[in-house]
Amino acid sequence: MNPNKKRLRRTMMFLNAQKPGLIKDPYIYKPDSIMLDLEDAVAENQKDAARFSLYHALKTINYRGCERVVRINGLDTPYWKEDIRCAVAGGCDAIRIPKTESAQDVKVVEAEVIQAEKDFGREEGSVLIMAAIESARGVMRALDICESSERLFGIALSGGDYTKDLQTHITGTGIELMGARQNMVIAARAAGVQCFDTVYTDLDDMDGFRQDVENIHLMGFDGKSIINPRQINIVHEIFTPKQKDIIFAEKVVREIDTKKAQGIGVFTVDGKMIDIAFYDGAKRTIELAKASGVYKGDL
Amino acid sequence: MEIKKPAIAGTLESSDCQVTVEAGEGKVDFSLESAVINQYGNQIRKVAYETLDNLGIDNVKLTIVDKGALDCTIKARIEAAVYRSIGQIEDLPWGGAIR
Amino acid sequence: MINAVGRDIPEEILKVTGKEVFQGVHHFDGHVYKKHGPEVECVINSNGSKMVDSIHDVLVKCGIKDGMTVSFHHHFREGDYVVNMVMKEIHDMGIKDITICASSLGKAHDPLVEYIEDGTITNIQSSGVRGKIGEAISNGKLKGLAIMRSHGGRVRALVTGETQIDIAFIGTPTCDEYGNCRGIGGKSDCGVLSYAMSDAFHANKMVAITDCMVPFPNFPAHISMTKVDYVVEVDQIGDPKKIATGAAKPTTDMRKLMMADYCTQFVVNTPYFKDGFSYQTGVGGASIASTISLAKVMKERNIRMRFGVGGLTKPMCDLLINGQVDALLDTQDFDLAAVESVKDLHHFRISAGEYANPFNKGAVVNKLDFVILAALEVDVHFNCNVVVDSNGMITGAQGGHPDTAAGAKCAIVIAPLLQGRTPAICTDVTTVTTPGESVDVVITDYGIAINPKRQDLIEAMKDVDLPFKTIEELRDIAYSIAGEPQKVQFGDRVVGVIESRDGTIMDVVRQIKPFEFDD
Repeated sequence: MNPNKKRLRRTMMFLNAQKPGLIKDPYIYKPDSIMLDLEDAVAENQKDAARFSLYHALKTINYRGCERVVRINGLDTPYWKEDIRCAVAGGCDAIRIPKTESAQDVKVVEAEVIQAEKDFGREEGSVLIMAAIESARGVMRALDICESSERLFGIALSGGDYTKDLQTHITGTGIELMGARQNMVIAARAAGVQCFDTVYTDLDDMDGFRQDVENIHLMGFDGKSIINPRQINIVHEIFTPKQKDIIFAEKVVREIDTKKAQGIGVFTVDGKMIDIAFYDGAKRTIELAKASGVYKGDL
Repeated sequence: MEIKKPAIAGTLESSDCQVTVEAGEGKVDFSLESAVINQYGNQIRKVAYETLDNLGIDNVKLTIVDKGALDCTIKARIEAAVYRSIGQIEDLPWGGAIR
Repeated sequence: MINAVGRDIPEEILKVTGKEVFQGVHHFDGHVYKKHGPEVECVINSNGSKMVDSIHDVLVKCGIKDGMTVSFHHHFREGDYVVNMVMKEIHDMGIKDITICASSLGKAHDPLVEYIEDGTITNIQSSGVRGKIGEAISNGKLKGLAIMRSHGGRVRALVTGETQIDIAFIGTPTCDEYGNCRGIGGKSDCGVLSYAMSDAFHANKMVAITDCMVPFPNFPAHISMTKVDYVVEVDQIGDPKKIATGAAKPTTDMRKLMMADYCTQFVVNTPYFKDGFSYQTGVGGASIASTISLAKVMKERNIRMRFGVGGLTKPMCDLLINGQVDALLDTQDFDLAAVESVKDLHHFRISAGEYANPFNKGAVVNKLDFVILAALEVDVHFNCNVVVDSNGMITGAQGGHPDTAAGAKCAIVIAPLLQGRTPAICTDVTTVTTPGESVDVVITDYGIAINPKRQDLIEAMKDVDLPFKTIEELRDIAYSIAGEPQKVQFGDRVVGVIESRDGTIMDVVRQIKPFEFDD
């Protein structure tokens, strides 16, 4: 398995691949991933130019550890195959498929990616895939999509198109997204892949944004798509384990390890009843803390 | 490769450049207007000639209006203009002539 | 001759100007000199009126002639009408060879280029020049030398008599018939007249120009009638919309916000950040944002500022409104909030001399803990350039940059690592305006460098979680992204002198020439 499949992806920042001023140094804001967009952000008559810009950015710019995901044009357009060739040749880390409606969509893209990996001398399996779900049909087939490919690291909700398909609109309350979010995150967990939430477009309402991020964090999402670097700190703050949770998780892991050796199954840590069922969660907290750069311990 | 019809790529936004290619008069005719010409004029010219060379173009009138673009952007805009000029948008030689 | 910042100052320039090369920021500490005084024409006869009908008539009364030095202030900023109005009249009278001694000149004064070209104006002394005048000077159109002086350095030149102003023209928002000037009221309210106060002390003739006459006495006067020879009323001294603008909306540019946050984190971790500290900042987006974020930390930690200084904007004045600062010392008002704030009892006007003149018995800048500055370029010696752009064109002004940097205990410069493609952190700045010995910290979007001379600050930051780098590392990052820049191809002729605040020569600016490719 590609070791990056499960990497930390709290924030995925959209950037128009056609805008040199945007793609030259987004890493200074330290998003976990950047998403270089060839699709909606790029005007129809600039699709060609955007690829050259993308290719050289990928080849030349040191993104300093940010994952580089490329959003290709839809499978119903004449662009997506060349988009994949360009992105894979440039050395992207992953391809994001827009408007995914079925496992077949992922497989079609995967075949092109495999071909491009061969054509451009990249290691087989080095390019990951993620699927954006933007329709009611896609949401209903989320589990199929999640299980469609070994390369698929996760699915992402694209709220704008999805709410149109649902015949409603983005309200800022999240009510219109409830079903899709719930369904997708359950599917992703069932398949063992990651799940990412849609963008929040009102940059003047940072309180609303914070509330939105807190909600999806509690729902179990792994991260959120963002449209502006101002949104990064809030997401990272909410998605990074708090010191008190890290300390507790550390105690839980250590206690379970020792108590297990002593044959004790149930015991208390800081007055809370703990058993083996807490082990994976505590481990995950430590792993997330490590990946977020806030864990200084030795576990 | 021969330039077929005049083509433009890029914008006049900050960090970008606008590149125009037209059929040449038997040689590379290079002209540059740049906000950073003093610091990077020679570098931009070098990148432009290298890019043309990679594409196998030696007969072109190349005009660059630069707004502080990095080398990777200058290359990308020249290539975009050249491939527009010959009308090729698929099966591009990524990693070959484009590098 | 090589000066203390390693710049080779041509002998002929030293000869022409009679100046020495820069020898260090504190070279003149303890220097003793005799102040220079102006000529005064006594007004004893109580029948005399100071009112004169027109600019033309007042020029005649003042005995305008070829070769004179006339002075102006820049409190009306890009809304100023006074400089153009007076210079047009001088030009129309056929006068030649004028030296303009202005506290600053901007784009509003583009029409002066015509008078530079026809020899009406042959010398310019200013904090700096923006717009077309800068281009004209850089293209060698000014017959004499442009002298770029800091705000403090300008007052020093007047006090020592290095520059003798023949006629000072002071645009004033309100005035009475006997010449009492105030910076507030009227239709062109600019709040303060700080830069003009020294001119009033040292000019032989002093003309107040206003578009709002008020009955005598216009008290308390910011410039007293005792220094004013004539008063002229005109229709408009400026465009109020460009004099004091609405408060700038706080920036939403994450790059600037990030640098502002680094700046605030740095400031609060220094030993100087304690109850009673003092602070000055500029008007750039990052500077303003850092004032706003600093105010938050001050509130959280219950720390008060003793005084804030400088050209003021809304965020500084908000500190006064919110009871977070004891006093504001004001040299210039950049927005309507600042103009309004001047009315507060704890908001004090100070003169440019009090503010920054190094040849005082002490200036306010010497009492500063922090100053937050910007720069076009900073080099690995921490020298800053704020006057000349990356193509060698004169495009900015020294302002109070070298004064505050020299005075403050902690001088912080904020600059994005790359301005477009141009590295802000470089091996050698194009032109030195502020010497590296005065600059303690450089904050960029890619990291923070502390001047190695400030081991105390390095020590104080040892456990602070900020992206510290050496200045060379910052330069290397900039060069790795943009490529190493080549030097500007200047011509030979020196067109301007960057004067240190003590009057020595920091650097020279040469005429630009068209770029030529290597071959």
